[in-house]
Amino acid sequence: MAKTSTRDRMSNEINAGSMADIAFLLLIFFLVTTTIAEDKGILVKLPPWSDEEPDITKLKERNVYSVLVNAQNQLLVREEPMRLANLRESTKEFIMNPNNMPNMAESPQNAIISLKNDRGTNYQTYLAVYNELKGAYQELWDDLANKRYGEPYTDDMEFAKRKSIREEIPFVISEAEPTSFGDEQ
Amino acid sequence: MAKFTKKRGKSKPAISTASLPDIIFMLLFFFMMVTVLRDSDLKLQVNTPEATELTKLEEKSLVNYIYVGKPTKQYQQVYGTSPRIQLGDKISTVEDIPLFLEQHKVKLPEAKRSRITSSLRVDGEVTMGIVQDVKTKLRKSNQLKVNYSAGKRSEELN
Repeated sequence: MAKTSTRDRMSNEINAGSMADIAFLLLIFFLVTTTIAEDKGILVKLPPWSDEEPDITKLKERNVYSVLVNAQNQLLVREEPMRLANLRESTKEFIMNPNNMPNMAESPQNAIISLKNDRGTNYQTYLAVYNELKGAYQELWDDLANKRYGEPYTDDMEFAKRKSIREEIPFVISEAEPTSFGDEQ
Repeated sequence: MAKFTKKRGKSKPAISTASLPDIIFMLLFFFMMVTVLRDSDLKLQVNTPEATELTKLEEKSLVNYIYVGKPTKQYQQVYGTSPRIQLGDKISTVEDIPLFLEQHKVKLPEAKRSRITSSLRVDGEVTMGIVQDVKTKLRKSNQLKVNYSAGKRSEELN
């Protein structure tokens, strides 16, 4: 190496063969680190606006599953405090009423979830509650789909099958105008 | 080192670099596919909460985004620290929502208009008051398909 003259070194080309390896390294690095930004979320269909409040007093009390969330993010389900982790199971039991309890829904078609929150409720809590309620229905649809068609309930399912399941167990959620006891940020 | 070069002598192993452009193109295409072009830069801090019952949003052109959250540090002097709404790239009020929806709507063919979804990207720390105002406005504007943007939750609830 010491003997090579400067002129020799000038003619030396930089070996570009390893560039490919570097590029690959980069590629793999980015492949691993990039999280593909996906737009996901809880899809909700809001009810059309009407000036008068829907009257749920006409409904039989046993068919209404009232869920209240206060400004301290606490849950009150049918007059009883409840932990969020138990909400899903309890909702499922209410809808299906496997033991024919007199204080639970007459049938899944009659069951109505009434969700009410405060203006001071955290959005995070609200969404978690909504998620549990939706999850309860999703699990019931799954069970029914498995029993009837031997496949889980997904969006890839035939439309007719999905429709019949959704008619059997309709997802009815009524959101009342929120109270405003708590502090808003 | 000196020994090494001597042994090989002058025969230079020419590694073909012809595939390099391909590799670079691969990189380029990959990032072109993956990158979501954000046409509006966020002026709010939005950390969407996590959930499990997620639906994927199809067809980006049919989605309009409504952000709710506290202004980021650099905008706090102008807009304060209480939660605000961002439509497109400017901070707005609920009153601007109908116009915003209309502006998005007219760009789309009539047949697709019924499938427009509003994606609500709301920070988890925000209280429901402002979200409720947005929801009411959406209902009044007859924009009923709403998607509460959320990430995937992996751990169990406690």
